[in-house]
Amino acid sequence: MVDHSAVGRRLAPVTARVEPGRLRFFRETLGESNPVYNDAAAAKAAGYAATPVPPTYLFCLEMMDAEQAFEFLDVLGADLKQVLHGEQRFTYKAPVMVGDTLRFEPHIASITDKKGGAMTLAVVETRVTNQHGVHVADCSRTVVVLNKVTA
Amino acid sequence: MSETHQLAVGDRVVHKTFPPISRHRLALYCGASGDHNPIHVDLDFAKAAGYPDVFAHGMLVMACLGQALTDAIPPPRLRTFATRFVAITQLGARLTCEGHVAEFVEHEGERCARLALTTKDENGDVKLAGEAVIAI
Repeated sequence: MVDHSAVGRRLAPVTARVEPGRLRFFRETLGESNPVYNDAAAAKAAGYAATPVPPTYLFCLEMMDAEQAFEFLDVLGADLKQVLHGEQRFTYKAPVMVGDTLRFEPHIASITDKKGGAMTLAVVETRVTNQHGVHVADCSRTVVVLNKVTA
Repeated sequence: MSETHQLAVGDRVVHKTFPPISRHRLALYCGASGDHNPIHVDLDFAKAAGYPDVFAHGMLVMACLGQALTDAIPPPRLRTFATRFVAITQLGARLTCEGHVAEFVEHEGERCARLALTTKDENGDVKLAGEAVIAI
């Protein structure tokens, strides 16, 4: 069963740089051809100082540069074979662009048992700031833990 | 669509289809995203976890939905973007991402539209159900 005492626990902060090569790999994987993400002039015309990142890329940056990408599993007492991604939310407050260095500060916001304990929902909330200390985004990930039911 | 000031409730503003999800794309996404969970690329691991095959990362599917969204809405207008992962997306799925204006809302003092978003496979099965709030 999931360790409910983990609510409020802070996970290790992650510092991630928005590198153009890694971002290009992501765009190519997704077939992302929108000029705003591919052409500095188009980005500038849209009001950005540099090439921005696509809307889900914050999630990737945190995982890529985390020392332990699945630290939350250890904290919850779960393993990769028994989890699914339940929900994901991003709130955008300021642009994130190539060259930025972001700091991710995640914590376990809630843990809730469902279906008589057959599954547990854990919410990890992450505040994201940039190299200027600007709060650029909040991310919220709901992890579904499929508990091993003993009859 | 670059103008968002003439929106009406019910307008379908987001619509994009994607090629079938291949094992190759899952492998590329594993590297490109930093999500190295073997369940999406290692058949042995997936089977040991009780699944018949590997399956798509939820965040790969959400990235497709995000792409469909910002094809239609200028990215600087995006305020929130959220989804529920309703069902596992299988290999070979041909995704269709759609969104329509659900209502007009105020978000942190700004006039916005809330878009209701879905991603379905070629059978019409819903994989993601979400929403985005955009400034208008």
